[in-house]
Amino acid sequence: MDWRRFGFIALIIAILFSVVVLIGKAQISPLIIITSMMATTIAVATPLTLGALSGLYCERAGVVNIGIEGMMLAAAFFGWLAAIYMNTIFLFAPMPSLIVGVIAAILTGGLFALLHAALSVTFKVDQIIGGTVINILAVGITGFLNRQLFFEKGSIFGGNVPHAPGVLPRIDIPILADIPVIGRIFDQQPITWAAILLVFVTHIVLFYTRWGLRTRAVGEHPRAADTVGINVFYMRYANVIIGGMMAGLGGAYFTLESVPSFEPLMTNGRGFIALAAMIFGNWTPFGAWAAALVFGAAQALQINMQFFREAIPPQLAILQISYVVGLTPYILTMLILTGIIGKNIPPAADGQPYEK
Amino acid sequence: MQSSEERFSNPILGLLRAAANALLVPLLAVLTAMIIGGIVIALAKGDPFYAYVGLFQGAFGSPKALSETAVWATPYIFAGLAVALAFKGGLFNIGAEGQLAFGAVMAAWIGYALPGVLGIDLPAIIHIPLAVGLGALTGALWAAIPGFLKAYTGGHEVINTIMMNYIALNLTSFLLNAPMKDPNPDNVIARTPLIAESARMPIIFEGFRLHWGFLLALGVAFLIWLLLWKTTMGYEIRTVGANPDAAKYAGINVKRTIVLTMALSGLLAGLAGAIEVTGLNYRHELGFSIGYGFDAIAIALLGKTHPAGVVLAAILFAAMRNGATRMQFLTQIPVDVISVIQALILLFVAADAIIRYIYRIRAREERVVLTRGWGG
Repeated sequence: MDWRRFGFIALIIAILFSVVVLIGKAQISPLIIITSMMATTIAVATPLTLGALSGLYCERAGVVNIGIEGMMLAAAFFGWLAAIYMNTIFLFAPMPSLIVGVIAAILTGGLFALLHAALSVTFKVDQIIGGTVINILAVGITGFLNRQLFFEKGSIFGGNVPHAPGVLPRIDIPILADIPVIGRIFDQQPITWAAILLVFVTHIVLFYTRWGLRTRAVGEHPRAADTVGINVFYMRYANVIIGGMMAGLGGAYFTLESVPSFEPLMTNGRGFIALAAMIFGNWTPFGAWAAALVFGAAQALQINMQFFREAIPPQLAILQISYVVGLTPYILTMLILTGIIGKNIPPAADGQPYEK
Repeated sequence: MQSSEERFSNPILGLLRAAANALLVPLLAVLTAMIIGGIVIALAKGDPFYAYVGLFQGAFGSPKALSETAVWATPYIFAGLAVALAFKGGLFNIGAEGQLAFGAVMAAWIGYALPGVLGIDLPAIIHIPLAVGLGALTGALWAAIPGFLKAYTGGHEVINTIMMNYIALNLTSFLLNAPMKDPNPDNVIARTPLIAESARMPIIFEGFRLHWGFLLALGVAFLIWLLLWKTTMGYEIRTVGANPDAAKYAGINVKRTIVLTMALSGLLAGLAGAIEVTGLNYRHELGFSIGYGFDAIAIALLGKTHPAGVVLAAILFAAMRNGATRMQFLTQIPVDVISVIQALILLFVAADAIIRYIYRIRAREERVVLTRGWGG
């Protein structure tokens, strides 16, 4: 475990939290501010966590995936579309509709990942180009279908966006959520819980199972793995598709958990930030989750700054400009990639096609 | 496979054959993408044949259509060259969008603020080059940052240029919403005031929007070709792109070359933005540049990162964008279908193995290394 890295992560989160506490403490008690910041941080980190896990499965198997952004966007759209279809055409109740939507989103992610696997494993396309193709394809398909299905005359939904079946309900953890004030942290929506659970599952799968050992072998030294009888192509396909499904679940967060609507380009770079989180976490599940929480905290800062806008002292007037506060996650990403916290070491065969 | 004797006996025939070979896979990629696009149009209850006729008419059917296609092609050529040049140097510049936006903001500021705010009146012969030049320089500086980070810290340019796109979007949103916003009381849009007459690039034919920026783009494409294949700097860029280790042993300053390549790439992207402002829109407006960055990647790859190929690919993409409006008018298919077709073109160009497999073409050229993973 890389304690320096985790220490640095804790430090950044503490700084981001203190800024909000210092500004808001005149109006609201610090405990409430911290609680609400933590709850928001955990929630908005969800797509980043899932995106980072997606990258983790792919890259541990030796396939670079910069198409996570596109996979999330496509999954967000098709998951939302499936939920609306179920709700308005097949007249399912909202809850089953939403579940079908989440499944559709996961499958969409898997399908796009299948394409990425075919490009990078079978056709040996430059993997970064392959990922870019996925991103552009996702923007094109979702933009076209969004317009064609909802905004054209004579389309299925008659030229207006139908009422979506809402968002997934909160699930609270029985005892913890009943604690006064800080109980709010343990009251989150299902995809957020799933993301946290998957961090633990991924850690166990990667480091304590035969599957994980094989995956890492394929990503570190495919030739040696092949020699001992591991099917490199199969392992890479399977892990990229699992990764795609993670990204798909992350996409579902946008339209089925966060807000009940779709907008073109709504993933807004989260897939790329997730990749940075994975790198920052040095290709480990807990590291990636911690890094995702840093970006979540930066976003929570932005959300809270709008809330406390009036209370910002004149010396810190720059924080009143939401565009400036909005830069935090992006600048953090660039800072982290410089390796100031220690060298980031990718799997040895990351990005290299395997020639049998 | 032709013999070397044959190639020497008729240089023109040899050149034509080489061109045909280079164009074969991209053309088949475009054809295949259009066929699949046709199926998509049919599924959307449109007539694919009629749609493509509309697309062609809209792009080339009249002098006005031709002029508009060239107008669309101008920023595509610059931005495509930007991405292609970076590829030649082994760098993937996904940040053309942000560099372009800053080029446009700077050109607009020089265009309106010098005479309007600072009270400096310049003749057009100085004002236009100043606006365009400083716009390009801003793009170069913005792109040099990820170049520097790549060369000296190892921060990967793919993620850094994407992050800088979002930073650029935030900063330009701020600039266009507050300090640089058009102060006209009727204005509610995030845009700059109009630039002065003296900063506007002249149009070529009276009555058409086509401006000298298009010819400049063609000229710059030629200059980039000269730079890459006829100068030491170009040789160094290509060597670093092909094999940085070998370049280091050959005595090339690899780090400096990486920064320089990114700066030149950003210069071209900045030019795209500056020319759009001085030649076409006469102001910068938020959101006009959305999507140029990704289109530029597709254009660079379709043009096989060669300046001549980039020009052809840019004109093709421009024709599609321009013709799409007429296509929508005739068939009610939303213009967004063009994005799907363009993504498919990119898919087939990137994965040329698919095209070779479908049409049974044997691979003859060696693979070109475009990018490397996080480690390299």
